[in-house]
Parts: sequence; C-alpha cells; structure tokens
Amino acid sequence: MTTSQAPWTDLVEDALLGTNRRASPDLLGRAAAATVARRAGLRPAPAPPLPEPAPQDCRPALPEAAARRLATLLAENSSELLPQWLGTARARGFAAPPELLPALLDAARQRSDLRSDAVVVAGPRGRWLSALNPDWRYVLRIPAQETAAGSEPPTATGTAADAVWQEGLFAERVTHLTRLRRADPAAGLALLRTTWPTERAEDRLLFLDALQEGLGPDDEPFLEAALSDRAKNVRATAAELLSTLPGSGLAARMAERARRAVALGTDGALLVDPPALCDASMLRDGIAATSPTGRGDRAFWLGEIIAATPLSFWAELVEEADATQVPQRVLSRAAAPTWSDELREGWARAAVRQHDAAWARALLAERPEQVLGRAVSGGAPSRLLSVLPAAERAAWTARFVSRQGLADAFQLLVTCAAPWPADLSGAVLDALAQAAETGSYPWSHSGVLGVAERSLPCSAAARIDALAAVASSAWAEVLTRLAETLRTRAAMLAELA
Amino acid sequence: MNDRWTTDHVLSLAPDAASQKAAAKLSRPTPWAQTGASAEAVWGACKGSGSRPYQTVVALDGPAYHCSCPSRKFPCKHALGLLLLWSSGALAGEGAAQSAGAVAPGAAAVAGPAVAAVAPDWAESWLAGRRERAGRAAAAAAAAAAAPDGDGGSSAPAAGPARDEAAAAARRARRETRVAAGAEELLTRLADQIRGGLAEAPARGYAFWDGVAARMVDAQAPGLASRARDLGALPASGAQWPTRLLEEYAMLHLLATGCRRRETLPAPLAATILSRVGFTVDNAEVLRAGPLVRDQWLVLGSRDTADDRLTTRRLWLRGAGSGRDALLLSFGRPGIAPELSLPTGLELDAELAFHPAVPVLRAALGTRHSAPTRPSFARPRGVSIDDALGSYAAALAGDPWLDSWPTVIADATPVPTEGGWQLVDATGAVPLFAPSPWRLLAASAGRPLTVFGECGHRGFHAVTCWTDAGPLAL
Repeated sequence: MTTSQAPWTDLVEDALLGTNRRASPDLLGRAAAATVARRAGLRPAPAPPLPEPAPQDCRPALPEAAARRLATLLAENSSELLPQWLGTARARGFAAPPELLPALLDAARQRSDLRSDAVVVAGPRGRWLSALNPDWRYVLRIPAQETAAGSEPPTATGTAADAVWQEGLFAERVTHLTRLRRADPAAGLALLRTTWPTERAEDRLLFLDALQEGLGPDDEPFLEAALSDRAKNVRATAAELLSTLPGSGLAARMAERARRAVALGTDGALLVDPPALCDASMLRDGIAATSPTGRGDRAFWLGEIIAATPLSFWAELVEEADATQVPQRVLSRAAAPTWSDELREGWARAAVRQHDAAWARALLAERPEQVLGRAVSGGAPSRLLSVLPAAERAAWTARFVSRQGLADAFQLLVTCAAPWPADLSGAVLDALAQAAETGSYPWSHSGVLGVAERSLPCSAAARIDALAAVASSAWAEVLTRLAETLRTRAAMLAELA
Repeated sequence: MNDRWTTDHVLSLAPDAASQKAAAKLSRPTPWAQTGASAEAVWGACKGSGSRPYQTVVALDGPAYHCSCPSRKFPCKHALGLLLLWSSGALAGEGAAQSAGAVAPGAAAVAGPAVAAVAPDWAESWLAGRRERAGRAAAAAAAAAAAPDGDGGSSAPAAGPARDEAAAAARRARRETRVAAGAEELLTRLADQIRGGLAEAPARGYAFWDGVAARMVDAQAPGLASRARDLGALPASGAQWPTRLLEEYAMLHLLATGCRRRETLPAPLAATILSRVGFTVDNAEVLRAGPLVRDQWLVLGSRDTADDRLTTRRLWLRGAGSGRDALLLSFGRPGIAPELSLPTGLELDAELAFHPAVPVLRAALGTRHSAPTRPSFARPRGVSIDDALGSYAAALAGDPWLDSWPTVIADATPVPTEGGWQLVDATGAVPLFAPSPWRLLAASAGRPLTVFGECGHRGFHAVTCWTDAGPLAL
C-alpha cells in the first residue's frame, strides 16, 4: 500500500510536534485508519536470493532412542558421556538429526575436545549450516575427514585438484594434501613442492606435519632442504621428521655424534662425553645453541642427539644381534649416575618417535624400581606406554596402580583405551576401595574418577554399588554416581547399535 | 499402552527451565524403585535425601500429577523425571541393561520384577480417587443434559440461581461503569500527550504510562492496562519509533473510543472490544453456552510466554472435518506450568466451544473422546505467504487490533540475510521470527518446508515446522 504513505508521514510529523503547535483534527482517528489500512494492505517483499540447499546426507538416521539421548546429553551438556556418544556415533556412521545440529555445533564451539567427532557426526548438513553462521566458522577450519560410511567426497583429481590446491581454504588444502599422501606419497610431495616457496611460515609448518602421512626415504631431499628454512619451527619439524627416517643423512649424522659422545668402556659400561659446543652442523640439524630449560647445555645437547639417533645404532655398539635383547643390554651398561638420566630420556624420546616397542618395554620395565616421582612427572611413561600394544599398556598400568595407587596414575590411565580390560579395571577398583577406606577425599581423585567414568566397563557397576554401600557418605555419593554413569553409558551404547 | 510421549512433550510440561534440568537428573533408573506404567498412569518411588522415598504418580489423561514431595513447583521434578524415564523407554524394562538399572541399589534385595503393571497401593488409592471424581462429574453432566435449564418440571429450587444471577449482573454493571470511567481517563491522557507532542515521549520514560496502566488495573480493564504499559517502552525501540508509537497510540485510542461507543456497534464487534478491554468469558461458561464442535483436532503447535506474574500458553488446533482453526489459552503462575498441554503434531477427537468475538478463534476445550494419535496425513495443508498476509487482512476486518493471525504456510524456505531472517516462497518474503531460527534452517536444509506460525504486520512468528521426518516444535 503506497497510497497512505504521504499522509502518514504528515501524521507522524503532526504527532511529534503536538497539536498545540499545529492543529490536526482527529489526528489519532486518522492515524488508526491509516494503521489498519497499512496492515491490511501488506504484501510480501521481494525475495532475497536463496542459498544453495545443503548436500544430501546418505548416512542412516539415528535410532529414535539414540536421538532422544543426544538431545538430553546436549541439554545437560554432559561432560562425561557426550564425548563417547559422539565418538561411537561417528564410528558407526550415523548422521545427527537436523534439528539438533545447532545445539551440537554450539556445544562443540565451547568444547574443542568435541569438535572433530561433532563435525563428522554433523556431516555435510552441519558444514553447510556452519558456512551461514559466523559462530560456527570453526567447523570450516577442521579438515573434512573420511568417515566409516565414506560419506565424504572422493579426492579430487586433475584440474579440480589443482583448483583446490591453488584456491582452496587452508583446511581444504591440508585435507587434500593428507589424502593425496595416503594414496600416492610422491604425488603429494610433488604438489607441495609446486607452491612451497610462496607459502606462509605457519602454513609451511602444518603442511610439513601432513608429510608424516606416508613418510619415506623419497622425502629426504625435500626435508634436508627444509633444514635451511627461514622459520625456526619449520627447521625443527623437518629435523624431527628426518630423525624418524632411520636411513636419512640426518640420522646418520646424529649416529656419528652419538658415536663420539658415547663409547663402550673396558669394563663394559657406557662412557659418556657430551659435545663441548654446538657447531654449525648441529645447529642446522635442529639442535638449539643453548638449553631452553634450566639444565646445562651439554646435557641438553646430549639428550637431543640421543633422541634423534636411530635406535639400531645401539645394537651395533653393544654388538647384539637379537633386537629384543638390545635395550636390556644397553640399559644395564648405563647404570652409572653421571649422564644416566639424559641417556634414558633421550632413548625414551627416540622410542616414541621411532615407535620402538622393545625399547619402550625395556625402559618401562625399569620404572617401578626407579625413582618414580621424577620419572612420572617427566611425563615420559605415558608417552612410552602409547608405543606398546593396547593389552600390554593396560597390563603395565594395572601393575603400576596395584603397587603405587592412584596418586600418579592419571596420565597413564588416559593412555589406556576404553573399555579397560579386567586386570586394569580390577586394579583401579581395588585402589578406589582403598582410597575410600583410608578416608582420603574423593575430590582429590577427581581426575582418575573422570577417566574411570569414560573407561570402566559396565560390568564394574555391581562391584561399585557394593563399595558404595559400605563407604562414607561423600564416597558413597561419588561411587553411586560412577555406577550410574556406567549403566547409563551401557544403555547409551546399546541405543547406538 | 498409548503412544509414548516424546521427550520434548514431557519437557514442555515443566514450569520452568530449572525444573527441566532437575528432572533430567532424575531421568535415570538409579533413584527409582517400584516403577510401573499402565495405559492410565505412570508411577514410581524416588529416593531423595530424606529417609522415605517420594511417591510419584502421573495420570496420563490430564495429565494430572501427585507426589509426596514438599515442592511448590508443579509438576515437580520427580513427576517430570519419571515421565522422562518412561518416555525414553527405560522404565518399561526394554533390554537387559535397563531392567537391571531400574532397581535402585538399596532395593536390589527385594527386587522382584522391576516394572509392575499393577500400581502399588499408594498410587492406586490416588488413581481410584480420580476415577471416582471423574465418574461423579460425568454423571452430573449427564443429569444436567437430561434436565435442561428453565424446564418447568425441574424440582430444584429456582430462587438460588436467580439470586446468583442477579448478583452477577450487579457486579458486571459496577465493573462496566468503572471500565467506562477508565476508558474516558485514558482518552484524556492520550489527547494530552498528543497536544504536547510525541517528541517529548523519550524523555518521559516508563513511569508515566506505568502509572496510567496501574489506574487501568484499578478500573478493572487489564486489556487497556497492558497496552498502556507497552506504550512506555516504544520510544526506546530503535529506529522508526515515532511510527510505531503513533500506531499504538492510535490503536489504543480506537479501542477506548470503541469502548465508549460500544452500545452503538454491531454485537460481534462489541464482543471483540469487550474481550480486548479485558472482559473474559469463563471457559466453562463458553462450553455451557455452546454450540460444541466435535472434530479431529490437529495440534498445530504451542508457545509459552511469561512475564513476572503469569505464564501464558497458547495452543493452536485445526479441525480435520470443519477446517476451522482454534486457539486454546492456558495460564500458570510462576513455577506452576499451565495446566493444559497437548502434543504438537498429534490429533485428538474432542469437543470445542468458541468464545464470542470476531474473528472466531479462541476456544474452550470440552470433552476429549480420544488420546492424541498420529494423524493420517504427513503435514497440514498450507498456503502461500501472499495468501497468509491475505488471511491476516481478512481477520483485521473483524478485529482491527489483531497483531497476527495463525497460518500454515507451505513450500517456504527460511533464509538468513544481512537484515535478519526471512521466510521466502514463490510469492515473496516476510520477516521471520522463531525461538531458534537455526533449528528451522537446519530442518529445512535450504529446501522448502511447511511451517505453522502467526503471520502479521511485524512478520511471521514460526511455531512448528513439518519435514519428511515429521513435525518439529521450534
């Protein structure tokens, strides 16, 4: 309705001014007529452009009970169950119900630990929504990943691939590079080389990280060149990658430095003489000129060298052919207190980098007899554990908890995959029973209780009920809640079947 | 057992968000013992901090609640938690894990079957009381129907009701006088303001109109009071406030004038003015006066609005046979959920009586002949955005004070734009409002859907949408 437009502005003007200043007979009566006429004459406005519809999601919809559960978990913002729900739904290839996507994306915005699973469960529709809402932009920074159901588009090829690499967002480029490396490492490296000199330093760092996928001897020349990169972080990452390639020039140079620093004494013990200075070639291989920690420079350089030396070097040194015996033999010769800690820490880092289970096993075997406080605070045992097969990891942790209790167990328990096997859950329940009995405060174990909630099998609930029945009120409450969470989790996982 | 309620429906029964949260905590098997459910009711005993568990019963037809806890919230968290547990299927003992969990640790020794179809005594006695009262009410209604009022053969003493009616008429006459005086005062105030000019309005703040509103409350004209109170906020409502303020001044002036000249107006318009001013007709009265419209009523949606004194629940229905739309209102004090609750997207066979006003919309719910069931169609029939604005215009002809009119729009797409949300179809766009427009967008995935809401001069307020997966309360 345009007819009332001119009189309406006159009416508003009269009303603002006041009829004392300007006569306007029956102003409110005329304004009412104009208002009703305008409202009755409303027509739709010209339509704005419509967004592209979301791509179809071919994954199966959640079972009804599971969808209800997700709604409840999101409404409660359940810290203990939501991560596992999302991980399981992701693994089983379910799509989240559309109407829950906003709540899901909001939850993952606040809690970054939920993001990678939430983004996959939210699927293509979630990604489409995120492009329209600035609050959910983080989704676009997470590279799309393959899911169990394979709902992601296949790797682009030919000119489309070029377009992604040349024009795509950073996350799309990382995804593309990672996928290409998985399928054809050489092609991935070749692609990276085409734009390498023009990439920004922080991007170069993450692209280098992506080379871990399918890393092999063919990558060595490129990584060697990266040792002279302008950016310090890029140089350090290149050095670390090279040190995990046992046949690389850097590994050989490190072995040579190790040979100069560590020798076999006449009594069979290791004689250690760390380098007295950090020369240009050491600098180039990623060793810092001065110790970044409070420790002495020589100790620091020694640790860096040992950590980057191929573990096969030590077999040569002690002339032991049986690889499983090497760590034992070497460790038994490194008993002297001088430099012994630096050696062990270097070996531990090397075992982690080179995924050497024999070395990890041997280093861990020493631990309970060693000074535990220091070893555990260094964080090394949990990293060493991660190199071992899951069952062995759980068994080692179970023994640790049986002997040492829960005080220092948190980091170790976190590395053990859920659900915990019988030996580990038994040890943890024994330790909890003892903690409840000795009257320590439940909240001093909140970290362990949290990981126990995620990892104990549902079958443990009955025993926890029994513990709760005889515990003090604070512990009874904590244990009852734990048992309840385990039961709820079992129900929750059954719904996702 | 009847259709199990959805979690959303159960949560919609809660008096406030805090109750929803508290109930969610109780929606786990552990604190519950002696649980059970029948077609009539759900019951259970909830272990709380005290020595005795709270005994909770919910009759599903009302729903009506009974709990031995001392909470002033209604329904209490125990009733809601019990319903949540039931709605999730964990009460009926489906699956071994759940049935094991349905027995509280303390009750494990006396276990027996976790779920009983026969209610324990404490639940049964309350349910039996309800059944008896319902039976008495039905008998009384049948008796009343058999002996119509004014029948000379009636043996009931006629003097009592006659005296009541005379007293009611006198009360009403007194009130009308007060309201008339209130309307006159309001017209004077409006005229004063217009003489002085609206440019002064922002400087006056809320106090002036709050004072006038209080006088309208004293004059027993709550409808005039709330409109007067709203005028105080408009000068601070952003760009274009003079237009909005003049519109609302004019519409309030029109209402007060209509009130003064009510006797000379057609009866339906006079009835509309009375209801706008705040003369409400009792639902029971409306049902008694009839006529009753029996139909399969589809629950189009519901929305709660709350201020610090009152929660108002609006429930919209559409008759499958009559094609009529209806609005039911239910009220609750803070902490008490409005009594009436119907599940969105389901259909019930029931009788309605419409309140006297034009256009006909507000209704009272009479006898329900069935529990809510799933309708045979996937979604209600809808119109275009242009036609939706057309029905608003048609409704304005009867009631010029209407801000919006309930409408189902088909094949429309929600679109976020720089200037806010829009609902778009082939005929154009209207501004779109919803509690969570992102939920609506996620449900649509950028494709057209059917959406129910109120369409008016401010735009479209979405309440419910339908996708291939069914109805979704927004």
